[in-house]
Amino acid sequence: MAYVIVGTCINDAACVDVCPVDCILPRPNDPRFREADMLAIDPAACIDCNACAEACPVNAIYSEHRLPQALQRYRRINAELTGRAVT
Amino acid sequence: MKAPSHPLKVAIIGAGAAGLYATTELLRRDACARVDLFDRLPTPGGLVRSGVSPDHAARREVSAVLERMAVASGRFRYFGNVAYGRELTLDDLRRHYHATIFACGAVEDRRLGIPGEDLPGSHAATHFVGWYNAHPDQAERRFDFDCERAAVIGNGNVALDVARMMLLPIDLLRQTDIADHALDALSTSRVREVVILGRRGPAQASFTAPELLELTHLPGVAVEIDGVIPDDVPASLPASQRLRLQILHELRWRRSAPAPRRLILRFQRSAEALLGEDRVVAVRLVENRLVDDGRGGIKAEPGSTVETLEVGLVFRSIGYRASALPRLPFDDSRGVIPNQAGRVQGEDGLVQGLYVTGWIKRGPNGVIGSNRFCARETVDALMADAGSLKARPPMDLHNDLPGSLQRRGIGITDHRGWQQIDRIERERGLASGRPRRRIAARRELLAIAASGPA
Repeated sequence: MAYVIVGTCINDAACVDVCPVDCILPRPNDPRFREADMLAIDPAACIDCNACAEACPVNAIYSEHRLPQALQRYRRINAELTGRAVT
Repeated sequence: MKAPSHPLKVAIIGAGAAGLYATTELLRRDACARVDLFDRLPTPGGLVRSGVSPDHAARREVSAVLERMAVASGRFRYFGNVAYGRELTLDDLRRHYHATIFACGAVEDRRLGIPGEDLPGSHAATHFVGWYNAHPDQAERRFDFDCERAAVIGNGNVALDVARMMLLPIDLLRQTDIADHALDALSTSRVREVVILGRRGPAQASFTAPELLELTHLPGVAVEIDGVIPDDVPASLPASQRLRLQILHELRWRRSAPAPRRLILRFQRSAEALLGEDRVVAVRLVENRLVDDGRGGIKAEPGSTVETLEVGLVFRSIGYRASALPRLPFDDSRGVIPNQAGRVQGEDGLVQGLYVTGWIKRGPNGVIGSNRFCARETVDALMADAGSLKARPPMDLHNDLPGSLQRRGIGITDHRGWQQIDRIERERGLASGRPRRRIAARRELLAIAASGPA
């Protein structure tokens, strides 16, 4: 299981600050951060701690098993944006 | 022995995302600093309140979250309906605060500079956006939806917002916090087709991936792509860019179900002129070729094929622009206050005690969260200067500026007043099955803010 960022994301990276395993990309000091349309969670590294979901000011982060039907595609998008093979 | 210095007192001008992020950043970094946040409107939020689309209202939550963080510090005050250059002068600010951060954004729209641009029926997207979001300065505008086709010129997310507002089923809009007057006007709209026109190709468009993804399931709207999209997306492109192209490719080739309304994304077209006698009836388009701009980018060059597209409404959506503020330097070509990492740069060097953040600092680009990092850089600069700012305390540090403004009879909304407005808007929404019914009239906003809690 993992957490998933959806399209509501405003890139303020409050989630990056609280993630204990640094699995949210791109990081603000990465040059790709400026160009990113949204942030994404690496599903292979996420430890399901829920800290990011609590820190997000716009509720753009869901636990994978609570992801609404209409937003299912963001599972794959998070994997793709973090360079993981799609499962 | 040195006398203990008074805690830093900072004024922030503009309560949009830029000002709110600067507020929370400053309060977090300096555990004693006090912040007074001013806005020219009675309500805080800036474009979070009056720019974000009603069908994307989840993003509006950010301003409430930042306000709560600021209020929780116990060192924060909000003063609405106070405009820099109107009630508030540079001398006032310098007399009462160690430092001022200007975060007033970019509110003007960029013009096309083509014939017919001022015909009735031709509008700035920013005015339309403010209107459907109940911005007090735009509420009196009139838009005539008595035509079948509208064009939006520009290829960013605002163009998509404008198109969705004209195309989404009215019953769906009724479930949002769209302004009442906009809901009324759109409920009798005859618009069935919106064409979004981009100068360059799909690969150069600035629509972000989440907004494009929305187009794959817009209720009641068929989406068509008129442009060339490569079948193989080069792996060398940044991940977001690849995702955008993938989604555009899908939109281009999928068979959409029949729908009552259509959205067409048309690429490689420039508007040369808006045509019509007493109102817009058509736009003249020229087809562009894409050529290397010699700087690693792609530019559009007009070809010889010209066509005419019949439209009754045109929105220009090619960006925002800041305007100069009284007694502050301004770089007209870039539309920003010249600055070094947030410190205001005058003709003779840095101006002591004045800072900028947000669009007035870096130009109108980025998303809401970009302002957090922009504010961080500015607050870094201010913190580095804190010693010298405190060494020369302002003359009237112990006199309260908002108090003296109030004594001059200026109607100010404080944070409690804004909470009152917020509560009433939500209550009115609840009564009519909507998340919120927004109040657009400045006078009513002020009256509610001044009334005690019911």
